[in-house]
Order: sequence, then structure tokens, then C-alpha cells
Amino acid sequence: MLKVSNLHASINGKEILKGIDLEVRPGEVHAIMGPNGSGKSTLSNVLVGHPSYEVTQGAVEFNGKNLLELSPEDRSHEGLFLSFQYPVEIPGVSMVNFMRAAINEQRKYRGLAPLAANEFLKLMREKRALVELDSKLANRSVNEGFSGGEKKKNEIFQMAMLEPRLSILDETDSGLDIDALRIVAEGVNKLKTPETSTIVITHYQRLLDYIKPDVVHVLYKGRIVKTAGPELALEIENRGFDWIKKEVE
Amino acid sequence: MEQAKDNNKDKNPKKRTDNKFVRKLTEEKYKYGFTTDVHTEVIPVGLNEEVVRLISAKKGEPEWLLDFRLKAYNYWLGLKMPNWAHLQIPEIDYQAISYYADPTKKKEGPKSLDEIDPEVMKTFDKLGIPLEERLALSGGMAVDAVMDSVSVKTTFKEKLLEKGIIFCSISEAVREYPDLVKQYLGSVVSYRDNYFAALNSAVFSDGSFVYIPKGVRCPMELSTYFRINAANTGQFERTLIVADDDSYVSYLEGCTAPMRDENQLHAAIVEIVVMERAEVKYSTVQNWYPGDAEGRGGVYNFVTKRGHCRGAGSKLSWTQVETGSAITWKYPSCILSGDNSQGEFYSVAVTNNYQQADTGTKMIHLGRNTKSTIISKGISAGKSQNSYRGLVKVGERADGARNYSQCDSLLLGSHCGAHTFPYMDIKNETAVVEHEATTSKISEDQLFYCNQRGIKTEDAIGLIVNGYAKEVINKLPMEFAVEAQKLLSVSLEGSVG
Repeated sequence: MLKVSNLHASINGKEILKGIDLEVRPGEVHAIMGPNGSGKSTLSNVLVGHPSYEVTQGAVEFNGKNLLELSPEDRSHEGLFLSFQYPVEIPGVSMVNFMRAAINEQRKYRGLAPLAANEFLKLMREKRALVELDSKLANRSVNEGFSGGEKKKNEIFQMAMLEPRLSILDETDSGLDIDALRIVAEGVNKLKTPETSTIVITHYQRLLDYIKPDVVHVLYKGRIVKTAGPELALEIENRGFDWIKKEVE
Repeated sequence: MEQAKDNNKDKNPKKRTDNKFVRKLTEEKYKYGFTTDVHTEVIPVGLNEEVVRLISAKKGEPEWLLDFRLKAYNYWLGLKMPNWAHLQIPEIDYQAISYYADPTKKKEGPKSLDEIDPEVMKTFDKLGIPLEERLALSGGMAVDAVMDSVSVKTTFKEKLLEKGIIFCSISEAVREYPDLVKQYLGSVVSYRDNYFAALNSAVFSDGSFVYIPKGVRCPMELSTYFRINAANTGQFERTLIVADDDSYVSYLEGCTAPMRDENQLHAAIVEIVVMERAEVKYSTVQNWYPGDAEGRGGVYNFVTKRGHCRGAGSKLSWTQVETGSAITWKYPSCILSGDNSQGEFYSVAVTNNYQQADTGTKMIHLGRNTKSTIISKGISAGKSQNSYRGLVKVGERADGARNYSQCDSLLLGSHCGAHTFPYMDIKNETAVVEHEATTSKISEDQLFYCNQRGIKTEDAIGLIVNGYAKEVINKLPMEFAVEAQKLLSVSLEGSVG
């Protein structure tokens, strides 16, 4: 599904990613862990095509296509989704209008007619229930006045609406209390199919208690320095990152 | 007051190509920029007493109107162009402009209304303005079409007259209803009001006249469409609307001009008189040519619009969507002298590239329990400057007056400016006056968030801007609202690189 080879990327001329290799197959859940400043958020931003980052070397293949050649919106249409670490507020734009634009753009890309209003609202209701998102929030402006937990739920709600092939959850657990964490994680698990994959970026094991990874990677100084099974996350939980840093240096 | 600062330059090479794309879009966006090749009788450039007499003679005006024009002209001679607005207005050579251009004049022989040059008809057709009554939608809209200095056609005139409603060009009104015109012309905006009002009063050419008799609710939207076509001419239209007791009318105004490298002057006056319990809704979608991406050309739009709520319980509502013009200087106002009268001002003003706008309203509370609402939404992009200027005045006699003002500014990019100049002059201590203001910016993060969800940047700006302006757009009549929404998105295309 996703094949990243020797990916280098920089921001404002400073190299952050220094040769990433990563392969995610359909149905897999990968966790990416690492200390602050190791390049985790850069990796997710580069994959979805954030304009502040420049790819200087390497290749990314997504569903057989050259991902790096696609615009951010076409990457989305191809089925790539990012749950943002800090979802942005868009005053004046209701969630309904926002989601309808997103869904219909995706359908247009795939050669489908726009959804009729009643079908769309039905879909909204179904998916909202999945993440226990308050119906009032759907009538509010995008993320405006949402609490931290509501914002993250709203990300997973959008993920449910867009049904991506590959979802990247960038520190979705940050700022969540334990109940919100459970609801968000259960939402992600319900959306899981044998064809869809997930990359979970996190500092902590606790999200991985709910979303079980198949593979755990440790990112350090712009490189993946360690890859192992779920036991690696537990070990990091107990021992921190220092022992890995020492191994590398 | 908020001024966005210049900040970091784009170092990203990919972004630079985006900017090229952006420039292309901004240059292509004005789809009304064509010119019509039609025989137009244009009087020589220059302004003097002879020119004023010539315009009056061409229109076959009575003596009193010529007097009015000459008084205005002589008053204007003693005035200086106002410079208090937050605008940089290049010097205007009033002797280099032609003050009268008539595209309906055939080379020889007298003209009749059925003999409109087909090119003129085609022009309005191309602009989407229905001048064939049979083609108008049922219940549709009556149109007065003005090109340069002359009204070329007014539709549904006869049908409206059956109800006693007068809807015609102001020139025709002077001929057919001189008493009404004499009674009201200049009664709301005196020729002594300001520089451009004096100029307009001296040389005004065409515009619309509306009279709604007592107790009549106008059964269709009335509208005037203004088109500047000829080069080196100014358009000085004059509109007069009188709504007698217990009447209602909704009036729309639209305008466009060809793309030219020279600036064109448009100095109009709109006067509205609202009698007891009458209601007038006046909506404008202003889309004069704004100039190109480098700031060349565009219309100078210096307009005086004012309504007088004379009768008790009368109501006047201004709604404007301003996307065009190189420079806009315009303050549609309400004089609320009738007790319990109401004034409203809903405005969206968009400036992009090098456009400048200084626009707002004046709400003058003179009667008891008068109410006014001001909702102003400024949107600035490119290197433009956008100012809201508003006055709320409450007179000594205006017990229980209320005003609510909300002035919001939205900035796109880092090189534009948004400014708010609210003035208050309150002479009655029972008055309640509220003012709220916000400034926000469309951030790259917001746009990227939309992109990630599959929404293109252009569409994302459209969503955000229309969401921001919807309070005002919702006040427009249905068909206009749809047009205005599209116009907002188009005007801002490519404004965030």
C-alpha cells in the first residue's frame, strides 16, 4: 500500500528526515514512536504534502502511484488521511458544509455523482454515532469552540466519513482524558478492515493498549533506527528511549 | 485598526510557480471586461458651463432643472476633492473626461425605442440581463438598463403602471412626471452635500426613477443595471426612489465595465424617500472593473447613497456586495427622522490586488425609538486596503434610539490592510449603542486542513469567505445571493499563494 524509500525532507533548508524506509501493507497497523524532535510529525506532514516541507531525495509509492507528484487534495482523494495533532478551527464554515465539500470532491475524483442532501445527512448521522460525536457539533463551525477531546473525535469522525485506505494518526492521544481516548480508539478500531492500514504516531504505550500495532518503529534523528513487534512499545514504556539512543550512537 | 505586516518571503521554489498560476487567475477573473462596438455619440472632453447646458439641452430638460445643474456646477467649482478617506486617489483631470456618451444615437434620423442597436441588446444579453420581457422568468424582475449616459430600455414599465408604480429612467421621469421629480430631487442629497454630489448634480445623465404609491406592494423586484462602455467617459447616474405610505419595494442594482488601462470615473447619487410604514430594500452587487493585478486601470467609484425614513414606522435596508472598482468611496446612509423608523446596513466589501475601499454607513437617529443595525464584513487580499468608516449619530430628541454595529475584517495574505473607523455622536442619554469588531486571517493551516480533506485551495477560500459573509449574503434576494457567492469566490481566486 505505502512504500517509502530513502526519503529525505527539509523545512526552511534544514534537513529533518534523513533517509526513511518504511513499508505498510494492507490491513497492517504500524506505530511510530520516538523522542521529541525526531521527525515524527515531519514524516506525516511530508506524506500528506504539506507545502512547508521540501522533499530533497527519495520516493514514496502509494497504491502504485508516485505520491510525491500528487497535490495534497489528490493524495486525500487517493485515500490518504491525516488526523491532525492540532486540528485547526475554521470559523464560519459549518461542519456540514465542510464535510459535504470534502465528500463530493472525493466522489468527483472517483467519477461519482455528488451525494443527494438526504443521503449525505444520513451518512453524517451514522458516522457521528460511531465516535459518539454530539449532534450539536455538526452544526457548529469546523472545530470552533471544540474542546481538545471533541477536536480529536471530530478528526476520527471525518476519517469515518472519508473511509481512507491509509490513516495517519498524529499524536491523536495527546490532550485526551482516558474516556475520550477509549472512544477515539474504539472508533478507529471499528473503521478497520483487512484492506485499510493505519500509522499511529505516539509517544506513549497507552494508545497502543487500544489500537494494537503489528509493527513498531522508533524514529530518531530523522531515521528509523529500530523496528520490531508490539513488545518494543512496552519496552519503551518501561525503559524510555535512552537505551535506543545509546545503541545508535 | 489592524495592519498586516510583511513577513517571511517564500523560499520554496514550488510556491513560486504557484504564484505564476495565481497571477494568471487574477488576470482572467473579470469576465465582464469586453467592450461593445457600437456607434456612440460622445461630447468633447472637458467640463464648463456650456457642457452643463449641452447635457441639459440634449435631454430636453425644463428650465428649473438646468438651474439646479448650474447652481450645482458653480458650487462645485468652489470645492476641493475630499481627502479624509483612507485612500490614495491619484489626481483626476476633470477636463480630460467626456461627460456625456449616448450609445443609442443612430448616425442619422430620429430614434425610437424599438430601434436599439442590436449590439447594445447583445451586450446586456451577454451580461445576463434580460431585456426581453417574454424571456424573463414568471414573476421575474423589471430592469432599467443604462449604458454610459443613457437608459437604453426599461422592461415591464406598462405592467407596473397598472398598479400605479412608476419605474422609468430619470430622464423620462423629468418629462412625464416633472412635479414628482421636482418635489424629491435633491431633497435627500443636496447638491451642497459633498464634492462628488455637487459634480453629479451638475452633469448627471441617466439612472432610474421609482415611485410606489400609497399602500402598494411592488409585485416584482425592480433593478437597474449600469454598464460603462465608452472610453474616456465618466458615468454620473442618478437614482431616485420614493416609497409612499404603507408601500414596499425591493430594488437591485448591478454594474460592470470593460477592462481598460485608463481609470474611469463613476460618481453617482442614489436618493430614497421612505414615507409612513413603507419599506425599501436596496441591494447592490457592485462589480465595476477593479483594475488588473498590477493596479492598472479600474473604475473610481465615488458614490453618495442616502435614504430618508421620513414617515413613522418606515424602514430602509441597504445590502451591498462590493467586489469591483479600483477605488470605492461609498457610505449608504439612513436618516431616521420618523418615530420608530429603522435603518439597516449589511455590507461585504472585498478588495484584492491593488484595490482600495473606504466604505461604511451613517445612521442618523432623529426620531424616537429609532433602530439601526450595521453588519460590515471586510475581506482584504493581495496588496489592497479595505476600510470601514461608519457614523452613528443620535440626536437630542431621539429617545430610546438603539444601534448595533458589528464590523469584521478578514485578511488573506500578509500584504493587505484592514482598518475600522467608527464614529459616534450621541446626544441623548437614553440611547443604547453597541459596537463589536473582530479581525481574523485565513491561515495557511486552515487551507492545508481543507486540502488534506480533499478540498482545493480555491474552493476552500470560497467556503471560508462565504461562511464569513453569509449573514450579509442571506439578506440578498435569492438569485442575487447565488451570483454574489460565485462573485466572492472569483474575486479572491489566487489571493492566497
